[in-house]
Amino acid sequence: MKQTNLGTPDVLVIGGGNAALCAALTAREAGASVLLLEAAPREWRGGNSSHTRNLRCMHDAPQDVLTDAYPEEEFWQDLKKVTGGRTNERLARLAIRESSRCRDWMRKHGVHFQPSLSGTLHLSRTNAFFMGGGKALVNAYYRSAEALGVRIRYDAPVDRLELVDGEFRAAWVGQERIEARACVLAAGGFESNREWLREAWGQNADGEWPADNFAIRGTRFNRGVLLKAMMEAGADTIGDPSQSHCVAVDARAPLYDGGICTRIDCVSLGIVVNKHAQRFYDEGEDFWPKRYAIWGRLVAQQPGQVGFSVIDAKAVGRFMPPVFPGTKADTLEGLARQLGLDELAFVCTVREYNAACRGGSFDHTVLDDCHTEGVSPAKTHWALPLDMPPFYGYALKPGITFTYLGVKVDERAAAHFSGEPSRNLFVAGEMMAGNVLGQGYTAGVGMTIGTVFGRIAGASAAAAVMKEGVEHAAA
Amino acid sequence: MQQLEALLREASDLAQGAAVVPSAAEAEVERVMKICNACRYCEGFCAVFPAMTRRLEFGQADIHYLANLCHNCGACLHACQYAPPHEFAVNIPQAMAKVRGQTYADFAWPAGLGALYRNNGLTVALALAAGLALFLVLALAKSGTLLHAPLAGDFYAIFPHNLLVSMFGPVFLFVALALGVGVTRFWRGISAGDPNTAAIAETAHDVLKLKYLDGGHGQGCPNEDDANTLLRRRFHHLTFYGFMLCFAATSVATLYHYVLGWEAPYALTSLPVVLGTLGGIGLLIGPAGLLWLNLRRHPQHGDAAQKPMDRGFIALLLLTSATGLALLAGRDTAAMALLLAAHLGAVMALFLTMPYGKFAHGIYRTAALLKWAIEKRRPNPVGVGSE
Repeated sequence: MKQTNLGTPDVLVIGGGNAALCAALTAREAGASVLLLEAAPREWRGGNSSHTRNLRCMHDAPQDVLTDAYPEEEFWQDLKKVTGGRTNERLARLAIRESSRCRDWMRKHGVHFQPSLSGTLHLSRTNAFFMGGGKALVNAYYRSAEALGVRIRYDAPVDRLELVDGEFRAAWVGQERIEARACVLAAGGFESNREWLREAWGQNADGEWPADNFAIRGTRFNRGVLLKAMMEAGADTIGDPSQSHCVAVDARAPLYDGGICTRIDCVSLGIVVNKHAQRFYDEGEDFWPKRYAIWGRLVAQQPGQVGFSVIDAKAVGRFMPPVFPGTKADTLEGLARQLGLDELAFVCTVREYNAACRGGSFDHTVLDDCHTEGVSPAKTHWALPLDMPPFYGYALKPGITFTYLGVKVDERAAAHFSGEPSRNLFVAGEMMAGNVLGQGYTAGVGMTIGTVFGRIAGASAAAAVMKEGVEHAAA
Repeated sequence: MQQLEALLREASDLAQGAAVVPSAAEAEVERVMKICNACRYCEGFCAVFPAMTRRLEFGQADIHYLANLCHNCGACLHACQYAPPHEFAVNIPQAMAKVRGQTYADFAWPAGLGALYRNNGLTVALALAAGLALFLVLALAKSGTLLHAPLAGDFYAIFPHNLLVSMFGPVFLFVALALGVGVTRFWRGISAGDPNTAAIAETAHDVLKLKYLDGGHGQGCPNEDDANTLLRRRFHHLTFYGFMLCFAATSVATLYHYVLGWEAPYALTSLPVVLGTLGGIGLLIGPAGLLWLNLRRHPQHGDAAQKPMDRGFIALLLLTSATGLALLAGRDTAAMALLLAAHLGAVMALFLTMPYGKFAHGIYRTAALLKWAIEKRRPNPVGVGSE
């Protein structure tokens, strides 16, 4: 084995989240010397992985923290459904099958699993939760990487790549040129690049730039620098370049790293109005876990990119507690005033909705028969009149989780240039997730793709280096 | 400032009956608990987070309870996506530690002595100085000298048995009373309910095994960085069981004295000496290890202002065991009186400060764990998870 702390590394890993760490660990285990470059300082390391909490995994029988079974075919059908077919079946099935085999390896590197958290019972069959969440996982991987001799550099944002005919030569951090025999790119999407988001979302009919009002739910370091560099170098891309996973978050959420706790889970229990105090979508269309991801876009399409989720006292305690207290008032007029809405219009909207509520047996655990008649848009389930004070209101804005645009890869995670796989350049994580997840989302699948393709990319990079060594010896 | 806050709180309690103005430390726990309750990633680490999910609001009683349920293991801080430098600045171990310190002082009995928590390093130092002075002067007054002809380990030649009983007996009873009153008031404050056998058995298990220092996965908890270690749990076990063995040694000796009429000194192979020696060794290694870990502890764990209290208590335990073992080694020499006075001085200081120092953590935490064991057997009043 070569020196691990000096000289040119065999494998350069660019990125510092789950996929990058899986690649670095796997390449190191295969005998390669590895240098990992994390753009963020140490205290912000781990990218969006720090905000994750579970891994969707296939299993044919109950396992430690996973109930029942989640066979390959069911996982595949779920994926096909959420992506609307924008997926590569071969790569998707590879990710699914490998997801059933990676947890022992994860445990070996210090990751602990726990049963599904309270409020996430619906995931107890399909998703293995990380004890302490994604940051605990990231910490464990960094410790393991350090113990194995992976060299880690923080505050090392790569701003350009030196490629020759699709082959990796070196990466540049400022004025520093870093060579390696093979490279894994796992540096995330472009969701924290405000200019790029602006360009992707464009300008609306009112002349607004909706993306200017978005919160970024994850790291501020996913600026898509390498994604752009790869596109400029002629790499094949995949995934909708204008799309991003977008949920409705509390309008008070921080600009970056608001993570999971800023989401608002009471939409289906009340109504949502825009800044003109008008409803604009069926709040009770389906169970919230199946609908939360469309509400970011719905709010983004409203004037000012703002919405107001309104509930009454009946809903309190029925949804995950929000991180910020709601605006509270004993009258609808008072609530409208505090939310900055037109009082008359708001009261009118609520009265109209209340009068339209039909049906009787409210049950939030099924698609119940409480619905509206005669209002547009209708609320098709869980429609109870807002008539029990105090009333609560939460201002919403769009929160971007990740982007779909990625580099096209094969089952070795090799980057493709004009249909040809690169010999020594591999891609993992969000930078290639679009191959499997061209649109949509289902809980924990990002970590599945990151873990599986991170490991594949690490193994492929190490293999490319070893092969090169053999060829050199033969020559 | 803290005293002023406490006074203001008290005055306001009196004026408004049930309405309570939270202290800054309590308000901070309420703030961070609301963030945690919207996240819940840490549910697997300990009892604090499952207990949190049974609540939507965090009143003063909830905050006191949760703060004392927290073992300051540190796991949640390193796992937290909202920990500093994040603008939410969530630091559960620190927020909880600050409230814990406040509850020790607020529930102390007699109330005025709660102030001893505020400058606990000084409290311990003064208690030790007083204890040492007392026994050294007593020894001098009794024998006229601290160095004497060997007495074959006969402590009572220096301090008669009845004198020691008349000094330590009342102190021990006072300690039990003070801690008993304090924890009873705490228990009533958190309206804990009636324990059943299963809850008591679980609490005993959790206390005696220090369950919540295992990290939830059995590999321990962080100390100087995010790596898990079982050392804190093990050194604490040595300390706790060492202390209990020493206590057992004294109890057996008391039985020997009063029931069987066997007077000290006891042979090296006798039960009291064997128990005391084993306990003393545990109480030497345990606190030494805890001190070493405490000095290396991550700066964001717990409340830095309580370090003097933590270390003062550890130092007293160390001094107690070191002087005790030195006394055993030197009991046949001319220095016995000196060693005995030093040991008794340390023990006296340890007992005097028990209701006004770190020792109280064990009592309050046990009460909080018992409440948890009772509470978890009841249906969850917040039905969020079921929908």
